[in-house]
Amino acid sequence: MARIDLNEIRHSYKPSPKSDDDFALKRVHTTWEDGGAYALLGPSGCGKTTMLNIISGLLKPSHGQILYDGVDVSAMQPEERNIAQVFQFPVLYDTMTVYDNLAFPLRNRNVPASEVDARVRRIAETLELTNDLGKRAAGLSADAKQKISLGRGLVRSDVAAILFDEPLTVIDPHLKWELRRKLKEIHKEFGLTMIYVTHDQVEAMTFADKIVVMYEGEIVQTGTPEELFERPEHVFVGYFIGSPGMGFLECTLEGDIAHVNGAAIPLEPGYGVRASSLGSRFKLGIRPMYLGVHSSREACGELPGFEARVVGVEDQGFCRIVTVQFGGQEIKARINDGHPVAEGLCWLTFPPEKTKLYFNERLVG
Amino acid sequence: MNKWEDNKAWFLILPVFIIVAFSAVIPLMTVVNYSVQDIFGPGQRFFIGIEWFKEVLSDGRLHEALWRQLLFSGLVLLIEMPLGIGIALLMPKKGWGSSACLVILALPLLIPWNVIGTIWIIFTRPDIGLFGAAINTLGLPFDHTASPFDAWVTVMLMEVWHWTPLVALLAYAGLRAIPEVYYQAAKIDGASSWAIFRYIQLPKMRGVLTIALLLRFMDSFLIYAEPFVLTGGGPGNSTTFLSIYLVKVAVGQFDLGPAAAFSLIYFLIVLLFCWLFYQALQAVGTGDKQ
Repeated sequence: MARIDLNEIRHSYKPSPKSDDDFALKRVHTTWEDGGAYALLGPSGCGKTTMLNIISGLLKPSHGQILYDGVDVSAMQPEERNIAQVFQFPVLYDTMTVYDNLAFPLRNRNVPASEVDARVRRIAETLELTNDLGKRAAGLSADAKQKISLGRGLVRSDVAAILFDEPLTVIDPHLKWELRRKLKEIHKEFGLTMIYVTHDQVEAMTFADKIVVMYEGEIVQTGTPEELFERPEHVFVGYFIGSPGMGFLECTLEGDIAHVNGAAIPLEPGYGVRASSLGSRFKLGIRPMYLGVHSSREACGELPGFEARVVGVEDQGFCRIVTVQFGGQEIKARINDGHPVAEGLCWLTFPPEKTKLYFNERLVG
Repeated sequence: MNKWEDNKAWFLILPVFIIVAFSAVIPLMTVVNYSVQDIFGPGQRFFIGIEWFKEVLSDGRLHEALWRQLLFSGLVLLIEMPLGIGIALLMPKKGWGSSACLVILALPLLIPWNVIGTIWIIFTRPDIGLFGAAINTLGLPFDHTASPFDAWVTVMLMEVWHWTPLVALLAYAGLRAIPEVYYQAAKIDGASSWAIFRYIQLPKMRGVLTIALLLRFMDSFLIYAEPFVLTGGGPGNSTTFLSIYLVKVAVGQFDLGPAAAFSLIYFLIVLLFCWLFYQALQAVGTGDKQ
């Protein structure tokens, strides 16, 4: 139970890094609040595991400090930091029973036997391992093995934080939901700081109060699922969150009007002022569910309609994903209601409050 | 597709049958054949049943050699297994140091066995040998040709020097195969170095250590060339191990019948011990405790 500060962390696996590209973590400066449930989301190779190992102390960062509750722990070993970490694949002490596996982290810290017993039985019950406690860990199924790994992470009640490194990769889908729910319960009950690494946005959103999105060794946005969805601060966040992700169109700017190959799309007032000093080449971003697709100009209502061409309709059952050719670029729209969309001519509307402007991959504003 | 019976498939496994027959079954059967006959010369053979086995089993000198052999193999395992594991644990994990260690460790294994005996004869000679002369100069009388104890020390030293590297190499391979994440988990769990050895390294090395144990047991139980060259089984009979005694019976006295019976008993003893070791080590890995 601790607040964790990462102070200007940089890390490179190379002995003498030259450019920014040599760094697995380029610059990370962030705070994990005490008792928060965080998801660390990002594609493979973006530095998620590196960051986790730096927090736990398995890895010493090339630069920067780690503070637990304001105390510098940068030089400490993981066992001194008193932190729990669960790995992607089950790690078991094969020759021990399930009970001894779960008790191991406590016994190593000389916790009294009665307390060990109480904690182990408590965790075993939560994870539904009670019947397996006397069995040898080596002979169990992959699911059960990973539950034991999770259990070893959860068994200590006094840890600074629990770090999960894609812990449900090897678990069956139906059990995944169940275990994630259990983790949330445990989080609520004990108020532990939890950081959950994943590359699955659904997993991140169902587990965490706050999601930290990483991209190429940097944190590009931290926020609630809603914030990430409604206001992506980086093109990558827009593209990575949501299915399909945010659509982007190259554009130029004139006042508060975005020009996409001749079409003048009005934006929320104020963009022009904020963007004026940045440059000339921008990207306009809009979520597929906000992009309006209409069969006639009249159907567009108050918003200005822009002529475009539907090139593909993909029926996903509960909705349709429409690919539209607009100003020489392609963009996707998601249509939930039943109104007909046929290939051919159509009119697009861009609700100004849902239309975002990006410069150099980052949100303007 | 129609199916029909076709015994041509036997041709596919025929080569294996032939190889096994010539390499194992036929020689073994020859020995079985000798062991139940009294042979005076070509054409003068008499079937005598298990008489040779009775004679061999009641041979006092064979009993002595057997106990000597068991003591020797027991000591070999007790010294070489922990020592080999210890060396493997101390070896560098990567870089040129690791390569250098591997080459140095492999050297004794590359030397022909009778050459090893010769090396140690010279090395331990009390007058000119580096080891023998040095230890005598220090005031400890040492002569493996005169004292049975010194002969045992020399044979043990030679054996340990020769074969511990094999255990170390196998253990090292086993250690290198342990994924890094186990060590990371152990760090998180606050495990001591002893706990890491006891609960991660040792269990993960069980497979290679089983092989090492079986190989070292069989090789040491069948040892012949090195002590034959070094001591010739002496002084007295103090280093006459089973193989040396067997050769004395078979070649020295040309008692083919007893030697054949002896060989079969010898073979069965090795088989029995290997089976016991194997079962014991398997049980360590899989036995449930409640």
